[in-house]
Amino acid sequence: MAGGPARSFRARGPAHEGPRRIQEPAWARRLLLAAAIGFAGLFLALPVAAVFYEAMKEGAGLYFEAITEPDALSAIRLTLITVAIAVPLNTLFGVSAAWVISKFRFPGKQVLITLIDLPFSISPVISGMVFVLLFGRGGWMGSLLDKWGMKVLFSVPGLVMATVFVTFPFVARELIPLMTAQGKEEEEAAVLLGASGWQTFWRVTLPNIRWGLLYGVVLCTARAMGEFGAVSVVSGHIRGQTNTVPLHVEVLYNDYQFTASFAVSSVLVLMALVSLAIKTWLERRAAAG
Amino acid sequence: MYSRSILPGFNSGMSLTLLYLGMLVVLPLISLVFKTAELTWDQYLAVVTSPRALHAFWLSFGAAIAGAAVNLFFGLLLAWALVRYEFPGRRLLDAMVDLPFALPTSVAGISLTALFAPSGWLGGLLAPLGIKVAYTVLGVMVAMIFVGLPFVVRSVQPVLEDLSPEIEEAALMLGANRWQTFIRVILPGLWPALLTGFALSFARAVGEYGSVVFISGNMPMKTEIAPLLIMTRLEQFDYPAATAIASVMLAVSFVLLFAINKLQAWSQRSLEA
Repeated sequence: MAGGPARSFRARGPAHEGPRRIQEPAWARRLLLAAAIGFAGLFLALPVAAVFYEAMKEGAGLYFEAITEPDALSAIRLTLITVAIAVPLNTLFGVSAAWVISKFRFPGKQVLITLIDLPFSISPVISGMVFVLLFGRGGWMGSLLDKWGMKVLFSVPGLVMATVFVTFPFVARELIPLMTAQGKEEEEAAVLLGASGWQTFWRVTLPNIRWGLLYGVVLCTARAMGEFGAVSVVSGHIRGQTNTVPLHVEVLYNDYQFTASFAVSSVLVLMALVSLAIKTWLERRAAAG
Repeated sequence: MYSRSILPGFNSGMSLTLLYLGMLVVLPLISLVFKTAELTWDQYLAVVTSPRALHAFWLSFGAAIAGAAVNLFFGLLLAWALVRYEFPGRRLLDAMVDLPFALPTSVAGISLTALFAPSGWLGGLLAPLGIKVAYTVLGVMVAMIFVGLPFVVRSVQPVLEDLSPEIEEAALMLGANRWQTFIRVILPGLWPALLTGFALSFARAVGEYGSVVFISGNMPMKTEIAPLLIMTRLEQFDYPAATAIASVMLAVSFVLLFAINKLQAWSQRSLEA
């Protein structure tokens, strides 16, 4: 995987636990720490601070106006709709793919895993482009759907499809290693004791994977809300109709409405910070056992 | 069939998985291949070796390598500080490393542009020194450093955590100073993880679109990245040219994906050893 989270759901202990390590001399320690914190401040904290500063620069009145005007509200609504379709679909897919991959042996498993990883390793622009090719002028599906009077490109179904494509690996990627590590003995025991397939899943598997599942769902949701490149290709940027929040940010910025653009951005930054907080909390839960 | 298992759900789960992947991944990719095949070989070569395309590839790959190299150094530094040192705000810093994953790329793009524009906080500091970042190749690199940073930190961090203190103690006993211990004893164990982080960071940066297009200025032959050139061709409804450029990037992605899988397997082995 090349574009997704670099680390999967795993327990982490604080630095002071475990054996005491040899340390560098105090001056070297201070120097390294200062360089690390300085770099993180410059590249991680400052961009976030800049969004809030630029958003509030012209006062709170303009800020609230920017995030409550009709185009902004319609962008927020469209983003919520996209998330509400993409995340449940990808959760369903992730669970069933992980079930098959972790509990059964079959040829071609590695190919399947590679295919699931694919959206992480290709450019978001290319992810969007494949849907333009399918549904655009002269595309296979495009001419078919034209006959039925359906429009996918430059409308909501296209946005949803591109988002589903970009975010489908998240849940599967979290669950496959987790469920493989857990093995299948518990499920086999349940089935031998007479439980049905669904009973086994709900009573045995789900309790075992719920935190990892939630972790994948959080990552999937964060990405679905924030996806820009792929969605940008298929949207056509029609204000009030096919603009998600990240696209609305771009439209405002290119219109030189900088303050409004940063005001809308600040809403996305808040959502990103919330998802980071949940993610950190889940990791700490796992560390605590 | 192959499963020979008492567990239910193989057929239905497999059908759902294959249906989903088929519609969402395989069908679009096949249409990509067919669209590219509409061009003759000569036309294809003409598109991918046009000066504008070559410059876009050069910029995308070059800046991504440079950005990943910067991340290799600072990512190791950050991972080292997070694992080895106890300081106030360490947990906060640890959580913040994932910010580039969580932040929508368009937000990162306009924020970095505001910071590095000549009137911005950082651009204003650099301007008297004659360094321009926004709307130059340096700006492209800055955006790529931002999106790629977590990959190096998160690849190196678990390996550093699991490094046993005994080998460092042994090195110290045998008379090595701290620097020698780092270069000769610690660093060799970190290489697989570092290279994995480098490759992941590079792969992400090559395809990056949102955070780069705002800060780059998008001048053809100067600061136009390959994904933007694809976007431009799509907007002109020149689908074959867009797919031709995309095919080059996809080929590079697949080679990278293969290399990353090998690296991760190597890294895993060295972790278990």
